[in-house]
Amino acid sequence: MSRYVTAPVRKKDAMSLVTGMPVYTGDLVPAGALRVKLLRSPHARALVEAVDTAAACRVPGVVAVYTWKDVPTTRFTTAGQTYPEASPYDRLILDRIIRCVGDPVAIVAAETDQAAEKALRLIRVTYQVQEPLLDFTKAKDNPILVHPEENFRSLCDVGADAKRNLCSVDLFSMGEVEEELAACDVVVERTYHTKANSQAMMETFRTYAYLDEYNRLTVVSSTQVPFHVRRILATALEMKKSQIRVIKPRIGGGFGAKQSAVSEVFPAFVTKMTGRPAYLAYTRKESMTNGSPRHQMEVTVRIGATREGEIRAIDLHALSNAGAYGDHGPTTIGLTGHKSLSLYGRWKAARFSSEVVYTNTMGGGAYRGYGATQGIFAVECAVSELAARLGMDPTVLREKNMVREGQQMPTYYDEPCSSCTLDRCMEKAKEMIRWDDKYPRRFLPNGHIRSVGVAMAMQGSGISGVDIASVEIRLNDDGFYTLLVGCTDMGTGCDTILAQMAADCLDCSMEEIAVRGVDTDQSPYDTGSYASSTTYVTGMAVVKTCRVLREKILEQGASMLGVEKARAEFDGKRVFVPGGPEVSLSQIGYASYEGHGRCLSASESHSSPVSPPPFMVGAVEIDLDPLTGQVEVVDYAAAVDCGTVINTNLARVQTEGGIVQGIGMALFEDVQYSPQGRMLNDSFLQYKIPTRLEAGNIQVAFVSSYEATGPFGAKSIGELVINTPAPAIVDAIYNATGHWFSTLPVRAETIAMTLAEDK
Amino acid sequence: MFTAQNYVRVQSLEEAWSLNQKKSNRILGGGCWLRLGRQRIGTLIDLSDLGLGTIRREGDTLLLGAMVTLRQLETSALLQECYGSFFPRMVESIVGVQFRNCATLGGSVAGRFGFSDLLTGLLAVDSQVCLVKGGVMPLARYLSLPPSRDVVAEIRLPASGWKASYQSFRNTHTDLPVLTCAVARKDGEAAFQVSVGARPARAVLLTDVTRETLACRLDQLSYGSNMRAGEAYRRHLAPVLAARAIEELEVKQG
Amino acid sequence: MTITVTLNGQKRTSEVAPDLTLYEYLRREGCFSVKCGCETSNCGLCTVHLDGKPVLSCSVLAVRADGRQVTTLEGLRPQAEELGGYLADEGAEQCGFCSPGFLMNVLAMEQELADPTEKEIQRYLAGNLCRCSGYQGQLRAVRRYLAARKEGRQ
Repeated sequence: MSRYVTAPVRKKDAMSLVTGMPVYTGDLVPAGALRVKLLRSPHARALVEAVDTAAACRVPGVVAVYTWKDVPTTRFTTAGQTYPEASPYDRLILDRIIRCVGDPVAIVAAETDQAAEKALRLIRVTYQVQEPLLDFTKAKDNPILVHPEENFRSLCDVGADAKRNLCSVDLFSMGEVEEELAACDVVVERTYHTKANSQAMMETFRTYAYLDEYNRLTVVSSTQVPFHVRRILATALEMKKSQIRVIKPRIGGGFGAKQSAVSEVFPAFVTKMTGRPAYLAYTRKESMTNGSPRHQMEVTVRIGATREGEIRAIDLHALSNAGAYGDHGPTTIGLTGHKSLSLYGRWKAARFSSEVVYTNTMGGGAYRGYGATQGIFAVECAVSELAARLGMDPTVLREKNMVREGQQMPTYYDEPCSSCTLDRCMEKAKEMIRWDDKYPRRFLPNGHIRSVGVAMAMQGSGISGVDIASVEIRLNDDGFYTLLVGCTDMGTGCDTILAQMAADCLDCSMEEIAVRGVDTDQSPYDTGSYASSTTYVTGMAVVKTCRVLREKILEQGASMLGVEKARAEFDGKRVFVPGGPEVSLSQIGYASYEGHGRCLSASESHSSPVSPPPFMVGAVEIDLDPLTGQVEVVDYAAAVDCGTVINTNLARVQTEGGIVQGIGMALFEDVQYSPQGRMLNDSFLQYKIPTRLEAGNIQVAFVSSYEATGPFGAKSIGELVINTPAPAIVDAIYNATGHWFSTLPVRAETIAMTLAEDK
Repeated sequence: MFTAQNYVRVQSLEEAWSLNQKKSNRILGGGCWLRLGRQRIGTLIDLSDLGLGTIRREGDTLLLGAMVTLRQLETSALLQECYGSFFPRMVESIVGVQFRNCATLGGSVAGRFGFSDLLTGLLAVDSQVCLVKGGVMPLARYLSLPPSRDVVAEIRLPASGWKASYQSFRNTHTDLPVLTCAVARKDGEAAFQVSVGARPARAVLLTDVTRETLACRLDQLSYGSNMRAGEAYRRHLAPVLAARAIEELEVKQG
Repeated sequence: MTITVTLNGQKRTSEVAPDLTLYEYLRREGCFSVKCGCETSNCGLCTVHLDGKPVLSCSVLAVRADGRQVTTLEGLRPQAEELGGYLADEGAEQCGFCSPGFLMNVLAMEQELADPTEKEIQRYLAGNLCRCSGYQGQLRAVRRYLAARKEGRQ
């Protein structure tokens, strides 16, 4: 029975959020907590020769100033990934070697913000400034080494070689790519560039730490990965994991940014050293310059087809800029290939080669889409260009070649395409945008051009064989349940959708389920909310747990009724023998709390051997002003296959939000560096994320398949939805102007000046 | 963020002027841009009590107090009556309503920002700056002088006889402009006044511009590059925005 | 300096530094609904009402609020619940971090604009950034809220 699943259920925490209750990290800081601030390097590459902290220490209210001499020497990664992490252990809390502008040089802990800021100004650092390596296309085998340290460590075999500035390398190949390309009638080759977009979640990175009544280090943090943070802190602080507890309150947005332990180590270190509560909130600037942005990439595509439009071969090469640190570097790049090539199902050969390199720009991280975004941008733009070269409608070329349900996906870990409505998504998106009326363009009386563009996308649902989620559900007296989860609601609403699933599985109302996350001392283990895993993986753990708990309830009820379990039934409210006696769930709850009863709870974990992709088609209509080059998104049609939609409201808002982030990436969000490697647009004044005036009108339709391995047939949605705007908009700009733009963002300036040259 | 030791709500313009003679002191406008700096300020001088927050008409002159907010300029019925949509168009893209409720006219003028929409618009309609000690002078002249420690009390502009229109190009709707352009014409005259700002340097005024000389005059201006756009693009945009502003003006003037 | 502010209807006298922002003052006074998302007067998260008008509390100095009325979402609980309910019914609050500032500006808009068009709504709220929702659900919520209020008046 499904009462809540597929319904637009209000989020359980919605009213506390909209009425401004104090539920975020910064609202909960204990009185008297030290304020922690970081002195950051103005140089991209340098050696710290000396740090004079004497004057800073004398500032009234300053409690401590720490430098590289004071911190542990064990290297670690801040990437929140399952151990052993693919990301190299290449960091220290404070390092003598400066690898990017903003690398921390000193930690100040003071009684007030003002005292801490004053101390920062009084610290004197002697740097031996060195020439930085800023161009990632020249990083490999460059004489400048970003990680010259001897104790650089890569736990996994990802091809990391610090002596060559390599964070990882990879290659996979199927069929004879060169032969197939040579046999094609048309081959498109182009190199695409994407930038290090900032997640720009509204709540910046922030953490406070304190010693609890057992003298254990308790860390309250805005994080997507509390259990990974516990492990990362133990490594970084050289502490026992048993001595650390991590709590996640409400999070003001993550989008992958908080899949890295960006802020946690600093206040945790201060508390460890001083024994006092300590709080660090990153400024927006710090979040922009030393956060965990998307990896900048250069992706070259060669794609060939027959005259009839059969795509025979795709060759993809990606160069990714890890920047100063390798967080998520070796793993994001995998998706660049796997989740772009696998959109197509008829090719005879495919190849993906990649290199991830270190440079002296800011370190990368995890951002919604996680490498797939860059790969899909490149491949989808190339497919649209191929269609243009073939003289075909780009939707038609895709219809001919797209992956279909029932196919095997050799470039997707050879998983089966078990649920896929990509074909119907295309049909739906075309209908929604009225493609056949609007393709390719029309001219408006004011000189503007209206055109349409299209792109497809996929993602995964969790990391197959790696992600693991467990939940616990307890029956309480009076018959209500507590659902304990270790996944991290960051506004996405997973606490609510998991409760929806539990309520349906247990045939009860949502109000009967109290959800509690996440405290590593109390919550069941979950790898965390990333890789589009929570609905699919944790959701399945909920389904399994409910199944077990139902059996236990039935058993207890039957025993209370004095009948065999096989004769009894449970309908969510009572255990009964049809036509015979019954005992209410409330009675069972009370009985389970009595001495002769048995406390009823169940806890199951789930891990999936597959990661079934959600799919979507995005079709955009733009208005382009050829004189200024301005592109306005007029209408965006999104047809999404995320399997069964668990919560129609939340899935819709995820889609709308992802699309607008994608629009930002496509048109506005333009990380720029000074010649010395300093990020220039390090604020919301300069780094322009879309406002509501840039968002256009977005239509969302769900074209659901049924994924048998997912809870209620569900797949993921969170990341998928950021992937279509950039290639769809680039396609639309081509349809308006006849020019392909391969560097993001596509600035109005570039369009206008290109068109001016035409004349 | 800046720091400040003292704060004084002055009771006269004279007091404001005296306090402002000290280098470390600053007049407090709306505070929106001030907080971006890291200055160590001695005394913040607040003009809030001086009745400078009004928009009035005296005969053929509009008097705009220095403490008038951008939002007041946007919603003033008087300005609407005299200049139609000119003022709303000038300020409506500046960040958001909340920002415009803070930021002041005086702050914008005294700040002399290159990106200022307001300076671009005001220049085109022969605005005058009223200073506490320096008297009344054309805005164009005020902008040509080096920054002084005088205090901007009021802006004056003609209340009638002019039509003006405003254009700006921005990478996003509420971003700082890539280029701004205002065009104004006195009733009965053939020539235009054209001001161009955010080049990215401060707005400049071209007088006695005709349709024939427009392109050439605009091309003679200097343009530069910054994060938002390059020199060539700005040079390309100037006649585009000016032509649009003229077109709009002619529609207004029938 | 000593200031007396009528905060959410109650007079409060406090000692503040000349450079303390209204945002910091309000957090210190326990108004935790007021958030900060940038340091450059760009995000709208810190929106409060100063004498009834929406302002960026990060850009106003606390000393300027002396003798004036300041309202935060804490002082508008019934309105927050009513308007917030529409947002919640769209699932558009998402992470919720920008919600208080957004609600404050919608409530100010309601006071200022009678029967705004969609374009007027979008322009009035343009200074409120949100990274989660893509703004569509916020617009749906505002339209439904305004329609319901209008119906209630008639």
